[in-house]
Amino acid sequence: MPTTALRVVEREARVFRRLWRGTVFSAFVTPVLFLAALGLGLGGLVDEGGGLVAGLPYLVFVTPGLLAATAMQTAAGDALWPVMLGTKWARTFHAMVATPLRPSDVYTGLMAWTALRITLSATVFLIVGAALGGVPSAWGVLAVPAAVLCGTAFFAPLAAYSATQHTEVSFPLIMRLGVMPLFLFSGTFFPVEQLPGWARPVALASPLWHGVELARSATTGTFDGSGAVGHVLVLVAVLTLGWYAGTRTWARRLAG
Amino acid sequence: MAGAPEALVEARSLTKHFGRHVAVDGIDFRVERGEAFGFLGPNGAGKSSTMRMIGCVSPLTGGELRVLGMDPSRDGPRIRARLGVVPQEDTLDTELTVSDNLAIYGRYFGLSRAVIRERTEELLEFAKLTERRHDRVDPLSGGMKRRLTIARALINRPEALLLDEPTTGLDPQARHLLWDRLYRLKQEGVTLVLTTHYMEEAEQLCDRLVIMDRGRIAAEGSPRELIARHATREVVELRFPSAGDLQAALPRLAGVAERVEPLADRVLAYTGDGDATVATIAGNGVHPASVLVRRGTLEDVFLVLTGRTLED
Repeated sequence: MPTTALRVVEREARVFRRLWRGTVFSAFVTPVLFLAALGLGLGGLVDEGGGLVAGLPYLVFVTPGLLAATAMQTAAGDALWPVMLGTKWARTFHAMVATPLRPSDVYTGLMAWTALRITLSATVFLIVGAALGGVPSAWGVLAVPAAVLCGTAFFAPLAAYSATQHTEVSFPLIMRLGVMPLFLFSGTFFPVEQLPGWARPVALASPLWHGVELARSATTGTFDGSGAVGHVLVLVAVLTLGWYAGTRTWARRLAG
Repeated sequence: MAGAPEALVEARSLTKHFGRHVAVDGIDFRVERGEAFGFLGPNGAGKSSTMRMIGCVSPLTGGELRVLGMDPSRDGPRIRARLGVVPQEDTLDTELTVSDNLAIYGRYFGLSRAVIRERTEELLEFAKLTERRHDRVDPLSGGMKRRLTIARALINRPEALLLDEPTTGLDPQARHLLWDRLYRLKQEGVTLVLTTHYMEEAEQLCDRLVIMDRGRIAAEGSPRELIARHATREVVELRFPSAGDLQAALPRLAGVAERVEPLADRVLAYTGDGDATVATIAGNGVHPASVLVRRGTLEDVFLVLTGRTLED
């Protein structure tokens, strides 16, 4: 990454230092509450019923699911309204490109900042999950890079799209009709095998499913070579295509 | 180019299209080092598009442009490192403090923290914001935000400061304070390139300017030259009780001055000697509701060249 993009990361960090209090809840507390309610509360019920979910105690099943799904939510949140803020409402990205920074530096820098924040929140989440007993394998540390890859695979195409928008009307739709269903149905809370047959291919096409599966093989220490490589390849492909589109849409938006 | 002093900005047949709309229609100009150069014209004349091309954020559609002797399409970041840009709309980080805004901007240029700290002191002083340094930007007045934007644009000690409509939307007092600051920069040798649709601003600040209209340059020169060439030393403004009275008076105003320009609400008579013209008008039996003799301005130059006023 060029040093010019790192200056964007530095700016985001400075903004964060002033405003972090507002984001602590959604980044750290909410996911842990979900983990407690689902993993312990619901999980207790599931496990009492005598069933393992995909061969795992429910807490172990749901911890990596929540980890990857939260990464997706963080990335989607960063890729929509903040982009409108910087390009239109406050125009702070226009101020950046009047300096040696280029539009691709702004885009790449913002993505790096999102990756950094996911690293932080995923680490905290993983520690809490491990303390509760949801991370049986030491390979679980690899769930953090899996979450980061999953998050950036969402950030890249979504931010590429939002740079083409001049109003935010489509953003709530993307969250409600795109991000939310993926959150629920990508093998996060239950195996995709539970879905009706027609819906299964949709779930398997979702980058989140690949992120969840990757994180789950890490936390459970059950990598089967080709599966994990496949998930990584899909996520890297989405990230690369998104980034390719993004460098173009951002150049058009900020340097027209 | 050996021997010839290098222009800070040099444009030949500079053109910018947005789809089928021609914003800048093949203009030529040169900005020399150390001067204050203005683009005067109404909204939509192509001034901002020209500024964005000079600032190396907007690619040219056609023509040639050299900034600091370099090519914006190849050396954009290197050129921008040596420019300061004050955009038409504020682009400050309003959630952050005044000094945070300077620090963040300094880092975009890769300046060290020590350098930024030192320059922040100077710039806060210059912008008269030292007392507000720890305040958030959001609640500051429009004039303070503008001064902060200018201070921010100076953090890299630019060779030229590009200002797009620097005082639009400010009250007269804030505007005069800003002019005073810009005048000081000019004294210190910073090249100023600015756009404006206020003829007073152009007269106050610009050594040389071009008058732009519909993407083209209508005239070029110092404010005084332009007035001497296209307007007259004095102008008599005549107002009439109604548009009908104005129309009725026009035949008797023919030939009372070098040039008589009827507008919707008044008639302008361009003359070297206002008092003599007023006497002639009275002698012709014309009795307007009010008569005002004033000196010729750039507004008159624009009117003579385009048939419209700057506010249109």
